[in-house]
Amino acid sequence: MIRFDSITKRYPGSQDALSQVSFQLDKGEMAFLTGPSGAGKSTLLKLIALIERPSRGQLLIDGKNLTKVSKRKIPYVRRKMGIIFQDHRLLFDRTVFDNVALPLIISGYNRSDIERRVRASLDMVGLLNKEKQYPITLSGGEQQRIGIARAIVHKPSLLLADEPTGNLDPALSWEIMGLFEQFNQVGVSVLIASHDLDMISRLPYRVLKLQQGQLVADGYPKGARA
Amino acid sequence: MRRSQGTRQAPPVTSPRELRQGASRGHQRSWLSGYFTLHLSMAIQSLGRLFRTPFATLMTAAVIGIALALPTGLYVMLDNLQQAGGNWDDSTQVSLFLKNQVSEDQALALAHRLEQRRDIQAVQYISAEQALAEFQSQSGFGAVLDNLNSNPLPSVLVLRPLLVDDDPSQAEALVNGLKRLPEVDVAQLDMQWLKRLFAILETIQRGVMIIAILLGLAVLLTVGNTIRLAIENRRDEIIITKLIGATNAFIRRPFLYYGVWYGLFGGLLALILVDISILLLQEPVTRLTGLYGSAYSLGLLDFTLSATILSGGMLLGLVGSWIAVGRHLSQIEPR
Repeated sequence: MIRFDSITKRYPGSQDALSQVSFQLDKGEMAFLTGPSGAGKSTLLKLIALIERPSRGQLLIDGKNLTKVSKRKIPYVRRKMGIIFQDHRLLFDRTVFDNVALPLIISGYNRSDIERRVRASLDMVGLLNKEKQYPITLSGGEQQRIGIARAIVHKPSLLLADEPTGNLDPALSWEIMGLFEQFNQVGVSVLIASHDLDMISRLPYRVLKLQQGQLVADGYPKGARA
Repeated sequence: MRRSQGTRQAPPVTSPRELRQGASRGHQRSWLSGYFTLHLSMAIQSLGRLFRTPFATLMTAAVIGIALALPTGLYVMLDNLQQAGGNWDDSTQVSLFLKNQVSEDQALALAHRLEQRRDIQAVQYISAEQALAEFQSQSGFGAVLDNLNSNPLPSVLVLRPLLVDDDPSQAEALVNGLKRLPEVDVAQLDMQWLKRLFAILETIQRGVMIIAILLGLAVLLTVGNTIRLAIENRRDEIIITKLIGATNAFIRRPFLYYGVWYGLFGGLLALILVDISILLLQEPVTRLTGLYGSAYSLGLLDFTLSATILSGGMLLGLVGSWIAVGRHLSQIEPR
């Protein structure tokens, strides 16, 4: 699904944010990306989402070489992914329904498809009864779930999440994580950047550890729950 | 359709392959109707957004309206002047003022002779009495003329020369020949003043065109600046939609519709402004043209001109927003 081939990213006027990173995430695989702040987690996700371009190396998603994607084609690559942000990035002047519908509207779905899919998506995150509300009236955890509903409404084959549980208490974090597991079980590849080491160590998923822009560990936690 | 949170359904898909196939099938089927629905809902949505800030919208529309109304008003004035001045061809007249001793029979015989000539289209005889009556009714000096013992006006033959290629020298040659006729006292070519009038109108026309271009530019800048502000206000939204996979065309669309709506509202305001001005001017103009012996009166904007102003406003709005969007949207990228 994702293949990093000696990827180096250097921002102008600073040292390498990522240097010589190589790894592969298979279809239907779920993995965590961890490491201290500034280790390059966000940069790595930005490269996949085509927000940044690598300075060197090859990056393939679904067999497609992202380094060769033209600027005009970027939106179509992004539509294959669902991206979840720590700060939710919801539109506060629109209802929950309209927020979740956005990826479908962008892709030009018709009204009945949109309604069906948005409701299915909201149902999955357990917020079907809030579709007419505005995001500002919802709690942080609910807003995050709206963000997740928006990320999965167009049925992407890859989910990216940047610190999705960063601002949530443990109970909510586990709930969110449960949602990711649910999507993963239906075949969606999931890559989650997180520094919630406690939770990660208790889950049976692959962990990629970045440190100062380098991939220093890649494996499964010991003593994870079965 | 409300379900309780406890009874969550299993996800509606079973494998990533089905998931993608399903997505692309649905996408293709609905693409065309989706595209039009998208445009329609975008147009309505952007209209709704404009109505959410009615005062700001009205201000912008008013600026555009005034900028459009000015050249339109000037154009209408010019157009009316030209119509009041009559048609160029028909207005080239030669007046032959006949000597006093020429009788009506002689005058009519002369008229008949002149009508045979190939370089003369038509001849009209106006007797001294007719001329007097006309003068009395139109000049406002009727009472003074009543005091005169005899009619001071000569009888007149009004000729319409047949000019090839509108060449004024032909008309002058014709007049010089007619001057030598024994019955004719004075031969006068009524063209010079018309030529001057038209030269003046042409100059004003050029001026109106320059003003129209400048004000058109002002409309472009007004719309452009308004759209730039709208883009700036929705910066976060643009970044989010870009992250979700919106194309530039998708993001551009609502702003282009803003421009079109602004142009349309501005155009409507311009129509209202010009029509009100015409209504205010109608009465005095009718009185003025009446004094010049014409039944001409100022008419409201016709359909073609109104449609031109509306579509012109919309086009200017579209182009203005296009420029703004092209300049500013590419600078907003997710970081």
